[in-house]
Amino acid sequence: MTTTLVEFDDVSLRLGTTQILRNASFTLAPGESVALFGPNGSGKTTLLRLIATLLKPTGGSAQVLGADLAQAARINVRSHIGYVGHEPALYPEMTLFENTDFAARLSGKTSQEAMRALAAVGLDGAAERRAAQCSHGMRRRAEFARVLLSPPTLLLLDEPHSALDADAAALVNEMALQVTERAGGVVIASHDRERVHEMTNRTVELSGGTLVS
Amino acid sequence: MTSIPRQAIEILRRDLRRELRTGEVLWVTIPFGAIALLLIPLAVGTDIPLLRSLGPGIYWVVVLLFGVLVAMRRSGADNQAQRDFLALSGLDPAARFVGQATANALLLLGFELVLGVVSIALYDSSLTGWPWLLLILPIAAAGLALLGTLAAHIVESLGGATALVPLLVAPLSVPLLLGATQSMEALRLGRSILGWLLVMLIVMLTLAIAGILTARPLQEAQ
Repeated sequence: MTTTLVEFDDVSLRLGTTQILRNASFTLAPGESVALFGPNGSGKTTLLRLIATLLKPTGGSAQVLGADLAQAARINVRSHIGYVGHEPALYPEMTLFENTDFAARLSGKTSQEAMRALAAVGLDGAAERRAAQCSHGMRRRAEFARVLLSPPTLLLLDEPHSALDADAAALVNEMALQVTERAGGVVIASHDRERVHEMTNRTVELSGGTLVS
Repeated sequence: MTSIPRQAIEILRRDLRRELRTGEVLWVTIPFGAIALLLIPLAVGTDIPLLRSLGPGIYWVVVLLFGVLVAMRRSGADNQAQRDFLALSGLDPAARFVGQATANALLLLGFELVLGVVSIALYDSSLTGWPWLLLILPIAAAGLALLGTLAAHIVESLGGATALVPLLVAPLSVPLLLGATQSMEALRLGRSILGWLLVMLIVMLTLAIAGILTARPLQEAQ
């Protein structure tokens, strides 16, 4: 039985000749919401991608949702992880609906569910607009809609408030709250300390690839 | 969880939809391919018998060079964020490979057909045994698409080391090029092409199996 959602013990990550993360120890308990702060290049996105099982640590021991990140079995927990990175993951040539529907169909959901997810983020009126013609904020909302298709146990958000209006920011808060209420966990990497402090119950600081608090 | 064939169809639909919207093959690759075919007669001159004998070889070299580049460019078009999304979406990497390779094969078949017409017009190519082209063209398109898709996935897993591409592609494309050109030559001479078709089919199947089996390790190696 897993008592923590994420357990990193002395985790390091080296990509090529660059040491990205050094001896990071970090835990995330069910119902917990953690803010990840640090300057540009401090390793916040890398740490999020590690937790998302998208990278393998080069040192230390790391468990996410009970899966060892060094083992191939880590792919089995991916369906329980919702990750919205700071780079756009939508296909610019496709409409917001086509993007959401594509995600829905890959995970066995229907087009109706895709439309409902778009409606939940207030984009049903813009469903037929191509992603390239939408504002950054609208594209972020569409990415949140894709997360809503399969409510995750672990929600990882990288700079979730960038370019968002007040309504969309409230949507992020609501999404995070729903995850923690279901005994899931949330990790938010951000520069927006004020907004993120409000929605998290713990803060972690990263500096030069090292967790400093 | 969705089955691998259904996921592959979704990837195929996505890739064809993106091509339909960007028109990369239709408006960029096909005109450049046609220009490449046009430049050779300009260099060689109006020596009709010479052009007629060079035609099939030149056609297949142009199809191979442009075809592999198209397949590679299209398969490597996803950015890191899109690849992260796919990895977390429950998509089986083998389905991604099959879907992308199928989309590339369909686009390359269209490319072959248009360039075929241009080649016949410019090189006065023989159409002896043309029904066999209904087999040769799809097999060559599938082989090149599989090769380009596999090369793109290898490059992706190596963090974009595109310098390796010629080393990967050149040896594997030789049997496809030989099979296609020798089949055309055998048709012109009225000989059997089954041996060359078999060579192309074996290469195609080998690439398909290699692509499917390595899809997961290549994705996780990124």
